Amino acid sequence: MNASTLILVILLLPLAGALFCGLVGLFVPALRQREGLIGFVGTSMVIVPFLAVLYLFLNFDGDAIVVSFYTWMAAGDLSISFAYRIDQLSLVMTLVVTGVGGLIHLYSVGYMHGDPGFWRFFAYLNLFIFAMLNLVLGDNLVVLFLGWEGVGLSSYLLIGFWYTDLKNSAAANKAFIMNRVGDFCFLLAMFLLFRELGSLDFDVLLIQGPSLNKGVLYLIVFLLFIGATGKSAQIPLFTWLPDAMAGPTPVSALIHAATMVTSGLYLLARLSPLVLAAEGIMALIAIVGALTAIMAATIAITQNDIKKVLAYSTISQLGYMFLATGVGAFSVAIFHLVTHAFFKGCLFLGSGSVIHGMHDVEHQLQSSGDSGEFDAQDMRTMGGLKKFMPSTRITFLIAGFALSGIPLLSGFFSKDEILFRAFESASTNNYGLFVWGIGIVTAFLTAVYMTRSYVLTFEGEPRWPQAKKIMPRESPWTMTLPLWVLGILSIVGGYIGLPTVFAHGDWNLIHHYLGDSFGGPVAEVQGEANVALSTEWILLALGATIAIVGVAIAWRWYSKHGLAFDETLRARFGWLYRVAERKYFVDEAYERVIVKPLIGSAEKGFGPFDNYVVDGLVNAVAFITRGLSFVLKYIQTGIVQTYAMAIVIGVILVLVLMLFG
Amino acid sequence: MEVTLNWYLMLSALLFVIGVLGVLFRRNVIVILMSVELMLNAVNLTLVALAQNMGDPAGQILVFFVIAVAAAEAAVGLAIIIAIFRNRLTVDVTEINLFKY
Amino acid sequence: MAAQILFFLLATVAIAAGLGMLLSKSPVSSALWLILNLFCIAGLYLTLNAEFIAVVQILVYAGAIMVLFLFVIMLLNLDALPDVNNIEWKRVFGFTLGMGVLALLWFAVASSLDILPYKISAGRAAEVGSATSLGEVLFTQYAMPLEVIGILLLAATIGAVMIAKRKPV
Repeated sequence: MNASTLILVILLLPLAGALFCGLVGLFVPALRQREGLIGFVGTSMVIVPFLAVLYLFLNFDGDAIVVSFYTWMAAGDLSISFAYRIDQLSLVMTLVVTGVGGLIHLYSVGYMHGDPGFWRFFAYLNLFIFAMLNLVLGDNLVVLFLGWEGVGLSSYLLIGFWYTDLKNSAAANKAFIMNRVGDFCFLLAMFLLFRELGSLDFDVLLIQGPSLNKGVLYLIVFLLFIGATGKSAQIPLFTWLPDAMAGPTPVSALIHAATMVTSGLYLLARLSPLVLAAEGIMALIAIVGALTAIMAATIAITQNDIKKVLAYSTISQLGYMFLATGVGAFSVAIFHLVTHAFFKGCLFLGSGSVIHGMHDVEHQLQSSGDSGEFDAQDMRTMGGLKKFMPSTRITFLIAGFALSGIPLLSGFFSKDEILFRAFESASTNNYGLFVWGIGIVTAFLTAVYMTRSYVLTFEGEPRWPQAKKIMPRESPWTMTLPLWVLGILSIVGGYIGLPTVFAHGDWNLIHHYLGDSFGGPVAEVQGEANVALSTEWILLALGATIAIVGVAIAWRWYSKHGLAFDETLRARFGWLYRVAERKYFVDEAYERVIVKPLIGSAEKGFGPFDNYVVDGLVNAVAFITRGLSFVLKYIQTGIVQTYAMAIVIGVILVLVLMLFG
Repeated sequence: MEVTLNWYLMLSALLFVIGVLGVLFRRNVIVILMSVELMLNAVNLTLVALAQNMGDPAGQILVFFVIAVAAAEAAVGLAIIIAIFRNRLTVDVTEINLFKY
Repeated sequence: MAAQILFFLLATVAIAAGLGMLLSKSPVSSALWLILNLFCIAGLYLTLNAEFIAVVQILVYAGAIMVLFLFVIMLLNLDALPDVNNIEWKRVFGFTLGMGVLALLWFAVASSLDILPYKISAGRAAEVGSATSLGEVLFTQYAMPLEVIGILLLAATIGAVMIAKRKPV
């Protein structure tokens, strides 16, 4: 079982799955509703690669394996192949993608039951996995970019899955177009890298990159960062993510929580030597990450749609990861990526389970003629679901605690490590303390909004119409099994990265795995600062306290007052609450500053240009041809002698040319 | 003055041009065909003169073939003229102008 | 001396016959003028020692092709048709074109006076046009074109018959 074969298995099975589901669905109508078949094929095409990756992971000996399959383009100095790389970083990412991806495929079998586009969903989902694997396994920036674009495409297809509703298509467009801005900057960075170094292979980039001239390096890393903000929904390119919740919930879980949005992080981690060398941009990354985190957290408290809360939460947690990147703790960012995939995936799937149940309620209401304006995703009409959906409730609670940072759960370890490293870096830079402070406040806010979500959904009394008669049911095993798996992972997943307080960081397995001071691929900040052991314990305790306090008081407020507490907040914070509720008017600003001028210039400028100049040219050609033909048609007299005369003229011309030319 | 190659070439050029004028000027289709034959003969004269001059019989072989092809062409051309005459009852080339715009 | 007189005689008659063919009103007389022209050219071939070709010319061209022309002219009874045989004197432009071609060709010939060789040895000259030497080359080097010509003539025969035959009524 050599690496090449395994890599081919890992990459090609999802592609085969996509082709199978797609072609069968298109051309064999009889099989379209065979959900068992399609679901089985689609899911197994992700589980088998997961097993293959697991095998590679267990047999990995520390040396990176690079396999090159086929030279894609060779032009001049440029030679790009389909080359793939197995090293610690790509193994971790691939495990997450295929593992969590496989669970979500299984979940989708239950969630998408009865949908006429079932086959399309699995085709797109497998396509996404294929693209994401290309992204994380690629050995050069071009294959990575191929995957980058591929996940963008799959995201577009899946957000707009129920395309008959125009709102969904609009959301898909918004995601794709915003990503494009980021992609453009990424491309520029690639061009610059090629011009400076002559190659886009990671081996070359990582070794020669850091020694580039500072000005160019800063520009490249800045452009890469903008590309990352597009994919990972940071300021300024984040407004697409909440809109992307229009897609089915498994999509939100897989793409917009666990995998695609982490591509930006992966890119920066992979190119960590270059990023480390651009200190000014690192400051920018940390500050943008921190600001995004706190901004999204404040918005999350004000939202009523359960999925929107989780969307903003994702943006906020991604902000944490960028924060970590900005202070040089790349492997910690990846650690948080992994734990986030567990608990955020679990939360999204749990919300999907809730929505599934509330859709059931909606149908029952409709059949009794009473549905009116019922939104299955609005928390204001939920409540008391713990009686009806116990599995969902418990896993949601566990994952929620993990997100909030309750001690001994996975989120606690990763988030705390980020904050610790931020604090520690303050001795070598001048922004560490600032971002640490923001991180602490955001942790508190995180605990609050998460607990609010849980309490409003599962605790208290049911608030939907005819609550006495109509009751939702727990979801089928295909949905609750992944919930339990992810829930358990949310508990134990943190133990791979125990904090530095224990045995001076020797128990931080993931750091040892990834960090380059231990032979891994991810760069680390040079020189561990000397922070006293007692300070470390204090920071640890501080993080734990904030999480527990946040959860406790939010539980108390919302259990006691329920929805009314939102009004209390509104009254207490006045304009701040309103601004947060309106998402800081970012969408409106973009609309005013970018979208309207573009559309206006298209209508006023390019529209007439297209009508008069372009069409005019085409019409002119036709007009000239007609005019010429009016004149030239007289040559066709139909009399042979005319043609003979033309031949003679030709002969004269030839003779003249030959004799005198 | 000795008769040299150039005299033959100039003679054949003259005969050729007479043939061209026949093709351009006469209205009777059959006469046009005869003018074409005259042109072919002029070319044959050139070929034979040059063959003689260079001592290579290949020129005369070519003349042989040209005569054969001219025969074939005359036969088919006249057949076509007969067919057209049957349809249109004219051999005036200015009246056979279906391809007019 | 004799050779020159012969050449000038044959040349003059050939040109006159050509002009006669060009200018005569009746197609039959055009055909007859052309036959005269062909004979003169055959004579010119003889002055060039191409005896085989001269005989072939008389046999095939004058004897078969022109006879065919005369058959068709008489078959169509063209003399009885009015006005077909006129010359369009309006075509001055065409005339100048023709003169132009002539001028260019003469210029080409005249300007290469020093390039073209004049004469070969008399012995070789006599040999070139003989049937023997022609036969030698024809049936060895040019055997393939010979066969192809055969097929061409077959095709022409069939074609002529197919085109000209009366459709069954």
